Amino acid sequence: MSKGQIVLGALAPHPPHLVYAENPPQNEPRAECGWEELRWGYERLRRSLAAVEHDVVIVHSPHWRTHVGHHALACPRFEGLSVDPVFPNLFRYRYALDVDVELARAIVDEGRAEGLEMRPMENPRFRVDYGTIISCHMTDPTWSRPIVALSSNGAFFYYSDDVGQAEMIALGRATRRAVEATGRRAVLLASNSLSHRHFTEEPQLPEDMTHEHIYHHGQYLWDMHVLRLMREGRSRELIDAMPDFIEQAVSECKAGCLTWLLAALDFPEYPAEVHAYGSVIGTGNAVVEWNPARAGQPAAPGSAP
Amino acid sequence: MSAAGQAPAAAPAGRGQVVAGFVVAGMPQPLLAPERSPAWGRLRAGYERVRAAIEALDADLLLLYSTQWPSVIGHQIQADPEPEWVHVDPEFHDLGDMPYRFHMDVGYAAALEQAARARGLHARRVAYRGFPIDTGSIVALTLLNPGNRLPAGIVSCNMYADRAETIVFGKAARDAVVATGRRCVAVAVTALSNRLFTRAIEPADDRISSLKDDEWNRKLLELLAEGRLEDTSQLMREFAAQANADSKGKALWWLSAVCGAHNGYQGTVHAYEPVWGTGAALVGLLPAEGGGVDKEFDEEDVETFAGERGVLQAGAPEAGPASAAPGPAASGASPRPAPATAPGAGVATSAPRDGATVVTDAAPKPVGAYPHARRMGELLFLSGVGPRQPGTDEIPGGPVRDAAGNPRDYDVAAQTRATIENVRRILEASGSSLDRVVDVTAFLIDMDRDFATYNRVYAEHFASVGATRTTLAIKALPTPIAVELKVIARA
Repeated sequence: MSKGQIVLGALAPHPPHLVYAENPPQNEPRAECGWEELRWGYERLRRSLAAVEHDVVIVHSPHWRTHVGHHALACPRFEGLSVDPVFPNLFRYRYALDVDVELARAIVDEGRAEGLEMRPMENPRFRVDYGTIISCHMTDPTWSRPIVALSSNGAFFYYSDDVGQAEMIALGRATRRAVEATGRRAVLLASNSLSHRHFTEEPQLPEDMTHEHIYHHGQYLWDMHVLRLMREGRSRELIDAMPDFIEQAVSECKAGCLTWLLAALDFPEYPAEVHAYGSVIGTGNAVVEWNPARAGQPAAPGSAP
Repeated sequence: MSAAGQAPAAAPAGRGQVVAGFVVAGMPQPLLAPERSPAWGRLRAGYERVRAAIEALDADLLLLYSTQWPSVIGHQIQADPEPEWVHVDPEFHDLGDMPYRFHMDVGYAAALEQAARARGLHARRVAYRGFPIDTGSIVALTLLNPGNRLPAGIVSCNMYADRAETIVFGKAARDAVVATGRRCVAVAVTALSNRLFTRAIEPADDRISSLKDDEWNRKLLELLAEGRLEDTSQLMREFAAQANADSKGKALWWLSAVCGAHNGYQGTVHAYEPVWGTGAALVGLLPAEGGGVDKEFDEEDVETFAGERGVLQAGAPEAGPASAAPGPAASGASPRPAPATAPGAGVATSAPRDGATVVTDAAPKPVGAYPHARRMGELLFLSGVGPRQPGTDEIPGGPVRDAAGNPRDYDVAAQTRATIENVRRILEASGSSLDRVVDVTAFLIDMDRDFATYNRVYAEHFASVGATRTTLAIKALPTPIAVELKVIARA
């Protein structure tokens, strides 16, 4: 078996508004339009993904929150109805997905080797979280490949952002090693927003874009700063800035997804491509791609022989 | 009822009241695995005692506020008449499935939505097949209400709501209980200290995660056992900082408000046990004879919610705590404050959106559950307003009766001028003005004595406005004033 590689990483946020606005057949509510810039950004990301051969998508979602370690879906198939508990008016989506159980178990084992508490999720009636569903749908509406879904551990909330980051960096290393060991060509998705203060009201017509803007200018400044670091390949600086970003922009990076992604990619020093940035009910969202091949880097730096 | 008041009508005797409050824990172990740990087993037995206590209350509504149902868009109210699913806990999925089919009181849900909106809150009912009811609500309803003996209600815990907003939501829940004539048992589904062990443990070895958390829990339970629910509510911020309270302790804020915000209860601690390190308690609070006293002044005990930023008002000045949030330095070094974006914080000077309510500090505080104004379409509807002065409640021209209720002389001209001034303030806070008034209804407590003077002062302000007017004589107003105006204006 050849050594596996992470062939692409992406920041793939999960506002249900994007699925709602796109009107896929799996989703019950229907919209006129809305949040086009972000959806166009996802279109560009999908074109990149179509050009990259890969076997599996690994997604880390803020909306599968666990406290007792990091969990991984570990049944071969899940089917069900995902209803967003926050925006049930926008997202009621029928899903059917396959899981790469071998890779999931490899991540669990590698995480344990890192000293992390890891748990496989083996109940087939488990409802997959809507963050995972949305990020996967937006990157591949046909669900053509199996996924591995990882939970978001609450270490950031329990201890400190530094402790949380250390856990997520360890999980990122474990993920990379599992990909290498299983010979997979993997795409990684971090399913989080950037700044994350919502409005607590929504217009009568949710897709009415006359009401959509970032919650606060300070959030916008932070989001632009973080995106600049990404575009300039300054991943380690971004990791250093993360605790301040989390605190001052109420960032959803507190869920650990982006730290996990950057660690799994071994803190890329090549430029990321920002496909889109836009606000969704006040939160800052970006679709961002790290493509080592396009950047002239060996796939999954750190996995090079 | 006051000409201005919108308080719900009183229910028949014995109806329309919160007959008890309970605090219960929402972790799944007592439901799914009570045999694995002595502590979880004792908690399960405690649930049985709480169930029996509720069954003895002659209630007809079991209303839950669950910290495990977070919301962003205001508060959500479960309104599916018969939600049904097989739930698997996202954390303790290894414990098995939680199938459920509940019976919701959809009439109460509708009344609560209406009551919440009347208090300025954003609230909506949710009735969608497959909506994910949270573990805490499922545990509580399954163990406390087998066979769906009582119709139930479940409301969400808004993740951004501060104490004042949560209290207002509790008051709205109480309004809806009165309006529907329900006999309600209110249940806060919440942990006390909420620090889970982050590693696998032997269930039999479960304990509160630290001595400090345990001590704080016991202090809280001591107060609750004494029936001091409102004191507990006021303590929750400190408790949250010290013992990592579940959702900042919001469930206790809500419970105290829905129960009437006082310390006159007979408290019973049915159980206190650890569940995976958290403090899991079962507490009952029955109204006690002679209760309802000894409540400390509370500046967050407000009647209406004024909104956080007016986010749907395109082009409106924005205010609020976020205006001071910093952004990063352009260099990527230390952050610097972002430019302030909210001059005139707290003063609404543009028109509210359609349907929005207006509450302003520039006018006297309402004496009931109503806003100062509400926009519907192109019109502003003002609640009745009199001459009381904002902030002080002083009455220009003097009150019409003394503290003992005896009539006294007063100056109706001064009262009329002050009343019109309050109308002007409310209109301007709503983005309108006195010259946009289209209709006035005036209430006088002594038509014979006061009409001529009132009419003269009225003309000084309204002669050129062209508003229609109706003047009525009434027996009394809720405060010791002689005149009140009810106004409709163009927005």
